[in-house]
Amino acid sequence: MAVNESDRCASYAGAPILLVRDLRTNILKPASFSLSAGECIAIRGPSGAGKTLLLRAIADLDPSDGLVCLDGRDRASIAGPEWRRLVGYVPAEPGWWADTVGEHFSEWTAALALVRDLGFPDEAKAWPITRLSTGERLRLALIRALMVRPKVLQLDEPTAALDPASVAAVESLIAAQIQAGLAVLWVTHDAEQAKRIAHRLLVVDGGRIREEVLEWPVTSA
Amino acid sequence: MASYIGLNYWELAAASVFVFIDAGLSVAFGLKVHRSLLVAAVRMVVQLALVGLVLTTLFSVVSPLWTGMAALAMVLFAGHEAAQRQERRLSGWWSYGLGTGCMMMSSVLVTVFALVNVLRPDPWYDPRYAIPLLGMILGNCMTGVGLGLNTLTTSLFSRRASVEAQLMLGATRQVATAPVTREALRSALMPMINSMSVTGVVSLPGMMTGQILGGVPPAEAVKYQILVMFLIAGGTGLGAVTAVLGGVYYLTDGRHRLRLDRLTAPKTT
Repeated sequence: MAVNESDRCASYAGAPILLVRDLRTNILKPASFSLSAGECIAIRGPSGAGKTLLLRAIADLDPSDGLVCLDGRDRASIAGPEWRRLVGYVPAEPGWWADTVGEHFSEWTAALALVRDLGFPDEAKAWPITRLSTGERLRLALIRALMVRPKVLQLDEPTAALDPASVAAVESLIAAQIQAGLAVLWVTHDAEQAKRIAHRLLVVDGGRIREEVLEWPVTSA
Repeated sequence: MASYIGLNYWELAAASVFVFIDAGLSVAFGLKVHRSLLVAAVRMVVQLALVGLVLTTLFSVVSPLWTGMAALAMVLFAGHEAAQRQERRLSGWWSYGLGTGCMMMSSVLVTVFALVNVLRPDPWYDPRYAIPLLGMILGNCMTGVGLGLNTLTTSLFSRRASVEAQLMLGATRQVATAPVTREALRSALMPMINSMSVTGVVSLPGMMTGQILGGVPPAEAVKYQILVMFLIAGGTGLGAVTAVLGGVYYLTDGRHRLRLDRLTAPKTT
C-alpha cells in the first residue's frame, strides 16, 4: 500500500525527534536510524567512509533521497533554511564570511555566556578571523551554531584540534545542552570520547552505516 | 568630395613591415611567438576583408532579415568567446546559453533603444548604424559577462565553506551568496567604469579616432563617443547583472543548497 506523501512521518508518530529512513546519496548507501531528544549518538569510522557526507545529507546541504523527519514533520515539507535552523551542523572546518568574530553573531551579548564557558574573553568580538587558531575557530563555530537554538546538532570532530582543557569544556557544554533536551550526532575518532559523551554508537564504513554496542572493548582505531 | 585619405594596398603592405619586425624579435629572443603572431596577423587581415565584403553587401541591401542574421551571428560568436574564457564552466547548456542569452537580451535592447530613440536612422534597422553599434556594445558586454561569470564560479568554488556556513545557520541562498555575487558584479563592471574615467585623457577611443580620421569634426565625433559609452555602460550592466544572477540561480537550488556539482572541472591546459 502506498504511503501518503504528506503523511510519511505520521506513521512514526511518538517516535524520536530525528528519524532517518533509507537516506542515500549517489555515494552514501541507504542509512536508517533514529535519535531521541536529549540523546547523543557517536559516529565513528575510518577517514573517507562517508561520515561527513551523512551529516551533510541530513542537514540537506547535498541532494539526497529517502525520508528524514523531525518531530513527526517531513523534511520535504520544511523550507531548506528553516530545516537547517532546526538541524544544525558544525563542519570540521567551519567557514567564515566576515572579517571579525562579532560579525558572525546576530547578537553578541546573547552569546556571552557560551563565549565565557568556552574560555573566550568578552573582547573576542573584535578579533579578526584570520588570527584565530583552528581550535578557536571550532569552538566559536560551535557557539554560533548553538545560538540558532537547533533541536538537533550535528558535530564533525568538534574537539579535533583542542587542548585537553578545551576538550573538557566543550564536552561539558554539550552535555549540559543534551541534558536540556538537545539531540546530538557527534562524529569522533576517539573511542574514549565516544564512551564519555554518547548513549549509542553508529559506525560508518564504505558508505554504509550500522549500529554497534557502545560498551564493546574498542581497540584503538 | 571625401574628406578622408584613401589607402591603397601597397601602403597597407608597407605598414605590415612592423609585424615582420615583431616576428624577427620573437626569433631573436627565442620567444617562440612568431608563428602565432603571423597567423594572428593573417587571420586579422582575412577576417576584416570578409567583414568588409559582408558589410558592403549588408549596407547595400538594407534588409531587416539579413541585418538580423548578422546580428545573431555576432551574438553567437560573442557567447562562444565568453564561454571560452571561463575557468570553471556551468554544466550542460548553461555554460553557453546563459552568457549568450544575457548578452543577446542586453545588447539588442540597448542597441534598439539607441536606434529608435536617439539616432533614428531611416529605416531604424539600417545596418550602417545597427551593426557597428551592436558590435561595440556587444564587445564590451562580452567582457563584462565573461568576467562576472568567471569571478562568480571561481569565488563560489574557493569560498564554498563561507557560503555554506551561512546556509547552515539558516540563511537563504540569496543572503549566503550575496558577498560573492557582489564581488562578481563589481569585477564585471570595473573595466567599463575604468574605461569611462580615462577616456579622452589616457585613451582616445578607436571609434572616435576612426571618425576623426574619416573626416568627421572632432566635436561631432566626441558626441558619438559619449553616446556609445553610455550605451556600453547600459549593455554591460544589464548583461552582467542578469548573467551573474542567473549563475547564482543555477548554482543553488530550491532547497537553498550550494550546487557546485553543476560546475565542470577547470581546463587542464
